[in-house]
Amino acid sequence: MSDGPRVALFVTCLVDLFRPSVGFAAVKLMQDAGCTVEVPEAQTCCGQPAYNSGDRKDTIVIARQVIAAFEEFDYVVAPSGSCAGMISKHYPELLADDPDWADRATALGARTHELISFLTDVLSIEKVEAAFEGTVTYHDSCSGLRELGIHAQPRSLLDGVDGLHLRELEDSNVCCGFGGTFCVKYPDISNNMVSNKMEKIVATGAETLLAGDMGCLMNMAGKLQRDGANVRVRHVAEVLAGMGDEPAIGEPQDGKG
Amino acid sequence: MTTSSTVHSTSRNFKNNARDQLANEDLQAALNKARGHFVDGRATARDNLPEFDDLRDQARGIKDHTLEHLDFYLEAYEEKVVESGGHVHWARTAADAQQIVLDICRSVDAKQVNKGKSMIGEEIEINKALEADGIRPIETDLGEYIIQLRGELPSHIIAPAVHLTKAQVEASFRENHTELDEDRVLEEPLSLLDEARTILRKKYFEAEVGITGANLLIAETGSSIIVTNEGNGDLSQLIPKVHIVLASLEKIVPTLEDAATILRVLARSATGQEFSSYTTLSTGPKREGDPDGPEQYHVILLDNGRTDMLGTEFEEMLRCIRCGACMNHCPVYQSVGGHAYGWVYPGPMGSVLSPGLIGVDEAGHLPNASSFCGRCEEVCPMHIPLPKMMRHWREREFESHLSPGSVRVGLGVWSFFARRPRLYQLATGLQMRMLSWMGRKRGRLSSVPLAKGWTKYRELPAPQGRTFQSRWRSGERV
Repeated sequence: MSDGPRVALFVTCLVDLFRPSVGFAAVKLMQDAGCTVEVPEAQTCCGQPAYNSGDRKDTIVIARQVIAAFEEFDYVVAPSGSCAGMISKHYPELLADDPDWADRATALGARTHELISFLTDVLSIEKVEAAFEGTVTYHDSCSGLRELGIHAQPRSLLDGVDGLHLRELEDSNVCCGFGGTFCVKYPDISNNMVSNKMEKIVATGAETLLAGDMGCLMNMAGKLQRDGANVRVRHVAEVLAGMGDEPAIGEPQDGKG
Repeated sequence: MTTSSTVHSTSRNFKNNARDQLANEDLQAALNKARGHFVDGRATARDNLPEFDDLRDQARGIKDHTLEHLDFYLEAYEEKVVESGGHVHWARTAADAQQIVLDICRSVDAKQVNKGKSMIGEEIEINKALEADGIRPIETDLGEYIIQLRGELPSHIIAPAVHLTKAQVEASFRENHTELDEDRVLEEPLSLLDEARTILRKKYFEAEVGITGANLLIAETGSSIIVTNEGNGDLSQLIPKVHIVLASLEKIVPTLEDAATILRVLARSATGQEFSSYTTLSTGPKREGDPDGPEQYHVILLDNGRTDMLGTEFEEMLRCIRCGACMNHCPVYQSVGGHAYGWVYPGPMGSVLSPGLIGVDEAGHLPNASSFCGRCEEVCPMHIPLPKMMRHWREREFESHLSPGSVRVGLGVWSFFARRPRLYQLATGLQMRMLSWMGRKRGRLSSVPLAKGWTKYRELPAPQGRTFQSRWRSGERV
């Protein structure tokens, strides 16, 4: 056991279901940084699908469930700006008028972080030991960027990865068109947005696209593959954890799993 | 007559509207051209003014204070207008405002009304009302003039014809200006501008009434302010013998100083200009010794649902100064243009304001058609939390069972499991094993039942296999 902080991994539903390797990468990065990482059992989803569909009542039930399951830890960390933002920014707002829960929500919110910014801003990690040969480009997911101010952090850690060359993406701060349920409720508009994004990604000439949120990554990977663009898509944590040799998102698993 | 009966919106058809606009090549070309211009312009203007963010905070403070004391400042304003010889008319609904305009026009036997750009004019559909009464409305803002020729509505609150290409404007001019030489060259934007100017110059002297909007109303002086880049507003309001100002009541600010603060963020946010070319203050009718000006000065203060937003979760929307930065930076607006939204106010500000003015049952799509990327709030000079308020409209829809049945059922099933971790893990574990097995050869799926919205345009990456939680619980570590 390390003397470092006790961290609960909020794995997020998309990582849990679609890409467990991102969860393992997150655990490795935090353990390497001296944390004790645990995965509370009572976790499902942060509640955004309900929250953004106007179902406040169910969202509150889910929020309380998450708070109860996670508040005993020093920190809560999610490999997603969107889910971390939900817990740190939106739970306190949702429960602000609930005398039993307002303080608990605020306290948990203050200890909840997105993975990469947790490594750099909280643990003051400046460099990780990892190698990844090739040119990558990086998309800034909206919630991480605008709710949590995540922009420089992933770039600074990627800068220290051996063999990795980062080529900036034009309009990297413009939404990829995922938007949770938005992409299935308004597929035509979402498609236009992800098509514009794809054009910029391909224009960088990078072989690999990285980002910090599975929703955006699955959206962009799915579009790049549908249109036959030769760009591999990975979560930034996988590359930073030295797990960049896993099959990329949407590629066959070679019998694993 | 209620306002909703005068509303002609196609917002209920938003999805179809959007599909049509996405397939409209002229529109897509026009939107692509405008995008960089607005976004880069604002960014440069912001970078060149170190106190820009301080000014935004001040501007927000001014409006919050004013909204808190709205009745006080409106009454103070009215008093000053009357003192300077003008008239103030209070209009609860769009129909009331129409009626007041018509009564004023009839009192001077008006045949023609010249108009500066006014979104309130669009909101109350004043052109239709004038035409029905045998009065000719002439739009003098170039963009508004163009869309009037084409019988269209504005697609943007500050750039009404932004949806058109130069070639479309040229075609409209040739079709309408038949008195001019057919062989004239009209390829350059400047030649189009010159032609419109020549045509409009004559018309300035023919109107009995001039109507303008107002960017701001000032309680301290009883003045109204318009900002334009063409000077058309000045000619529209100075030459006719009657000037009518159409304004919604939240345009009020306490002092000239406050107006100056807001003007410093307005043009920078809108077009990237430090200041608009013309900033015109009007205070009452022509006084003795004034070289020019109208004989009558009327202000119509429109409510039309705005005071109902006071004290609700939508109050902050009343800070809006109509700069258009939210739509200029919105990837949804940039995809579909303004007409898709189906009513007067497009983009994020419209997605919050329109349900307030015409009802969430009518405009319910609009607050849903957002990915919540947050760029609108980021660039809003008045710090209006637009995504948050769109979410509040979704809550109202959900509560009043206006959300589509399929969405409610899907959400209900999802939430049943999300609230029960063990069941959730069991059910999702099985689903993921299934999806993973289906996609084992290619690593992705091109078609999945119940996920057509996703797979219509993109592949669905197959899950890696077992879920993270089940692998973790069975002791797997890195």
